[in-house]
Amino acid sequence: MVKFNAKNLNIWFGQIHALKGVNIEIEANEILSVIGPSNSGKTSFLRMLNRLNDLDPGFKMSGWLEYDKEDIKKINIESLRKRVGMVFALPLPLPLSIFENIAYGVKMHGEKNRQRVAEIVERSLKQAYIWDEVKDRLNMSAFKLSGGQQQRLCIARTLAVEPDVILFDEPCSGLDPISTAKVEEAMLKLKKDYTIVLVTNNVKQAARVGDRTAFFLSGELIELDRTEKIFTAPSDQRTDGYIRGKFG
Amino acid sequence: MNLRKFKEFSIEKLILICGLASIFFVILIFLFLTKEGLAVFKSVTPANFILGKSWYPISEPARLGILPLIFGSLIVTLGAAIISIPIGVACAIYIAEIAPLKIKEILKAGIELLAAIPSVVLGFIGMVTLVPWVKSTFNLPTGLTALSGAIILAFMAMPTIVSVAEDALYSVPKSYKEGAFALGATHWQTIYRVLLPAASSGIVAAVMLGIGRVIGETMAVMMITGNAAVIPQSILVPVRTLTATIAAEMGEAVVGSEHYFALFAIGIVLFIMSFIINVTADLFLHKRK
Amino acid sequence: MRNTQRSQKIAFFLLFLATLLIVLPVGLIVVIIVQKGLPAINWQFLSDIPRQGMRTGGIFPAIIGTLYLVLGAVAFALPIGLLAAVYLSEYAKDNLLNRIIKLAIINLSGVPSVVYGLFGLALFVVFFKFGASILSGSLTLGIMILPIIITTSREALESVPQSFREVSLSLGASKWQTIRHIVLPNAIPGILTGTILGLGRAAGETAPILFTVAAFYLPRLPKSIFDQAMALPYHLYVISTQVPNVDEKMRYGTALVLLFLVLVMNLVAIIIRYNFRKKKKW
Repeated sequence: MVKFNAKNLNIWFGQIHALKGVNIEIEANEILSVIGPSNSGKTSFLRMLNRLNDLDPGFKMSGWLEYDKEDIKKINIESLRKRVGMVFALPLPLPLSIFENIAYGVKMHGEKNRQRVAEIVERSLKQAYIWDEVKDRLNMSAFKLSGGQQQRLCIARTLAVEPDVILFDEPCSGLDPISTAKVEEAMLKLKKDYTIVLVTNNVKQAARVGDRTAFFLSGELIELDRTEKIFTAPSDQRTDGYIRGKFG
Repeated sequence: MNLRKFKEFSIEKLILICGLASIFFVILIFLFLTKEGLAVFKSVTPANFILGKSWYPISEPARLGILPLIFGSLIVTLGAAIISIPIGVACAIYIAEIAPLKIKEILKAGIELLAAIPSVVLGFIGMVTLVPWVKSTFNLPTGLTALSGAIILAFMAMPTIVSVAEDALYSVPKSYKEGAFALGATHWQTIYRVLLPAASSGIVAAVMLGIGRVIGETMAVMMITGNAAVIPQSILVPVRTLTATIAAEMGEAVVGSEHYFALFAIGIVLFIMSFIINVTADLFLHKRK
Repeated sequence: MRNTQRSQKIAFFLLFLATLLIVLPVGLIVVIIVQKGLPAINWQFLSDIPRQGMRTGGIFPAIIGTLYLVLGAVAFALPIGLLAAVYLSEYAKDNLLNRIIKLAIINLSGVPSVVYGLFGLALFVVFFKFGASILSGSLTLGIMILPIIITTSREALESVPQSFREVSLSLGASKWQTIRHIVLPNAIPGILTGTILGLGRAAGETAPILFTVAAFYLPRLPKSIFDQAMALPYHLYVISTQVPNVDEKMRYGTALVLLFLVLVMNLVAIIIRYNFRKKKKW
């Protein structure tokens, strides 16, 4: 089943043409790795999927993008962002306690029952594999956690609103190898119930985690294929050059 | 769900209305000033109003020339400017570049507190300390002079000049300073050859804002400049400013009388003057960026 | 080399002197007022009504009048100013309208206080027929401090990191929910600072209240917002210039009470701001 379908997607930020004629289909319950050098458009593409680009000044788009067969421009934006969650590059806890961080999205979407909220918080922290580490200090400020823990907190926070897609924007760029491994492990386990799109600068991470891999360069989608194929026998010379570290 | 949407929609409309509030109030102020002030031009032409040398609003017939008041404001402002600009800019340089960190915070707090002193308090202190001093030092019949006013007003302008100029110096990119040092310049040379020119538009803005504050000052001048509505021949005589005239005479003017309209007309003059000064100062502040 | 070092020393000394020239008189002014005003301060002075044409007695009605005016001014200016700041910080786009709004705020903050007095007279006292009253005075003062509240609140809102807003929106919260639950709560210290500074300014101003509320001699407390009232700054002006033979102590005492009120408010605002900058969690 196709989750996202983009046809001839072009976007601009003012004069900058950030995505050029992108055609792509993202399948349900897959992990799609998106790789490419900086300024290749991969983050801009990711932010199209939950319409965070709308916040940027001078943003314009043309072309077609649909989510669950609906035109993404027509879906209620708050409902879209509930269903399509995002984990950012730097761990970004809200200035609240651990509990309140997770509960925030849930409460904003109207859940008033305290018992239900507490249950959701516990379930989400478990899904992000951080429950045991924080269960005794839920009222502590989220800033007191380590970077890796904060990032898993952010994953739990996104899971709490029950999305069906999770976007990861270079989630391990600020993390040490052990925390990175934990986040990757969480991603692999989440694949069962969620569709995951992972933008990463770390080519090896893309290979470890992704079912399919997409390579972006200068705003264009150069190649999209099964991960093993991309990393052993890419069709495009530029893909090959990037993977081998010849540029970017 | 619909209730929430409706609540959000109304709050966002309310926010928009409040956002437009400042425009609304400026227009309102200008409207009411002109409503009452333009009526005076039935009794006197604008040229005679602004350039007329006699201000006798309660004589029959009334003489409504505000030139002496303009001169009064001018001489007091000029005096205050001459005192406050060099001292204010110098202080700003000291605080921005030379003062050690701990003292810097104390100085900035001190300047902020000076700015907070109500003008009536400064006027009172000026009355009891400065005015007698001016009288005896210069051997005058009265210490209520433009000079006294200029000195006290300088103290009101200086905090504005210091803080805006200090901001301007602070935002000069560090690379300018480091570049000069790398070439072997002393700190002082760097300040007057590199930093001051780089911050010049901000400093000009600071001076304009300080002067703007002085022109608009009422209570302190009313208490120490003597209130003589004649064109001053020197700085050691009593004068009357535009602002003090309004404050002193509005109590006696009957609502709807010629005198009443004339005072509003002075208000229009002040409003336009402060508009020009503040907008120009803001242009200078943004030129930098 | 020697010459440049020497001219630097001279220059720095002169700059230091200039700074002293500003700071010392401030200290002196405070010291004089405290020294000569303190003897007048006693419970009677603070709680009694003025007697014998304000030559004796106390300044209680003026204190209360100032309190009412200041609270009234903030009651008017804070909601409007805060929402205006929210508009500028969260909703306004970089276009002509926005620039005009900013220009209007600059203009409002530069209008001479006596012109506010004229405006208050024309609009509230005469046109709306509120007469010289606490209502007219508060509204006039409120419009006067509006730019202060808008500017400081806007800075407080803008200093909340953009990343918090992005996170909140990415979870599906609406823009207003983000403002109400994330942005505003974290901007409160800055908003508080601005409000207190506005309070201090309103308390010390005389010209705006001259024609809109201030009563020359009203030895009783105002009974409603349509009443006139005495106020500290106007009272100081009156007993310094309009009433002969007032004991010097009374004058300094009144100045001291007013100065104390205003300086304490400014100090509290500075402390809140300082503490907030130190303890910022992000």
